[in-house]
Amino acid sequence: MIKYIDEYRDTKLCLSLAERIRAISKKPLNIMEVCGGHTMSIRKNGIQKMVGKHIKFISGPGCPVCVTAISDIDKAIKLAENKNTVICTFGDLFNVPGSISSLAKERASGADVRVVYSAHDALEFSKIEPSRRFVFLGIGFETTAPTVAASILEAAKENVDNYFVLALNKTMPGALRAVLDDKDSKVNALILPGHVSAITGLGMYSFLKDDLKISGCVSGFEPADMLSAVYILVEAHEAGRVILENAYRRAVKDEGNTKALGIMNEVFEPCHVEWRGIGMIPGSGLKIKNKYEKFDADKNFNVTVTRSKENKACLCGEILRGAKTPADCKLFGKACTPENPMGACMVSSEGTCAAWFRYSE
Amino acid sequence: MCWSVPGKVVRVEGNKAIVEVAGVKKDAALDLLNDVKVGEYVLIHAGYALQKVDEKSAKFTIKFFKGIRD
Repeated sequence: MIKYIDEYRDTKLCLSLAERIRAISKKPLNIMEVCGGHTMSIRKNGIQKMVGKHIKFISGPGCPVCVTAISDIDKAIKLAENKNTVICTFGDLFNVPGSISSLAKERASGADVRVVYSAHDALEFSKIEPSRRFVFLGIGFETTAPTVAASILEAAKENVDNYFVLALNKTMPGALRAVLDDKDSKVNALILPGHVSAITGLGMYSFLKDDLKISGCVSGFEPADMLSAVYILVEAHEAGRVILENAYRRAVKDEGNTKALGIMNEVFEPCHVEWRGIGMIPGSGLKIKNKYEKFDADKNFNVTVTRSKENKACLCGEILRGAKTPADCKLFGKACTPENPMGACMVSSEGTCAAWFRYSE
Repeated sequence: MCWSVPGKVVRVEGNKAIVEVAGVKKDAALDLLNDVKVGEYVLIHAGYALQKVDEKSAKFTIKFFKGIRD
């Protein structure tokens, strides 16, 4: 028995929750699951089939690897070309294709690219080899950004001068607004990301209810968590109410993790940033403040990339906006598989295409 | 990528906790949390303890699930 996991996977409980959802669900409801982890849970646990015919899940932009702009992947690859530079990255980004190469291909060609578990590990590497430059690729949303910020604060405290971060972290509210403002959006309600919310709390979502009149419910990742969030959204939808709820109270406090937010805001400030598939979203990126610029890979290495090119047949962009599904893509499952991915949504373990491929019906 | 798993704190060494997840012991940096104690459960993400798991809320959630079911 694994505490705080197994009890939320109880089969009988899940089946009865699904039965209750089907019993109250009468009107069509399109729910966007924002987080890639939720996409995986829905596919892995067969939740789409459990909740009945009126509810449709639409995958959102919450896979950090998938929304990393191809120009940023190209920039990381360019940095890896320098023999004195070591690139440290989360595993998910390792195989993502850039315009003409990937970090995996660069490593096969002799570049020093290391897959790490955390920013902290990258910092530790840099202390072991002080004569080399270590660049950590800082991707991820509000969940991961504080960990990257903490590594920079630690490097500053210990006067490490060979540790750098390519700051690619992004924040959720702007992306949600961009997706929901799309005139073709069919989204009626949102399952909000659990671990982003563990850091941010619920306040940043108030615009959903107050401005956009769209319901949102924060959810955990186990099947009973997901089903209870769906139940809450369906119940409100049927009653014609707009709600902002938290169904993941064991991990998400209303105010979030204020210490982690303080660390994130100490190191980073908002900036305009390009999201793959969505485009430029004002204020939705995190750049390193001038105070910590000695750790900013962008400022210290001044790497520029020539015009980046997307694979025109790949539908990742539309899929990230919820406008298309993998079933609409000609490459899906044929030219594009997890072994030979053409787009980021197939590479990341929580990308929509990877989830559809792995747990196809 | 925002995956995070709950684990039990079995030891605290300065700014680091040893956390047990399904019988496996892992290190978790404590930069983002205050007052982490042995016996508490924390969510681990990318090598850092992200948030404490609140036992009262966890019990309440299970009650809520059962309330929906019944």
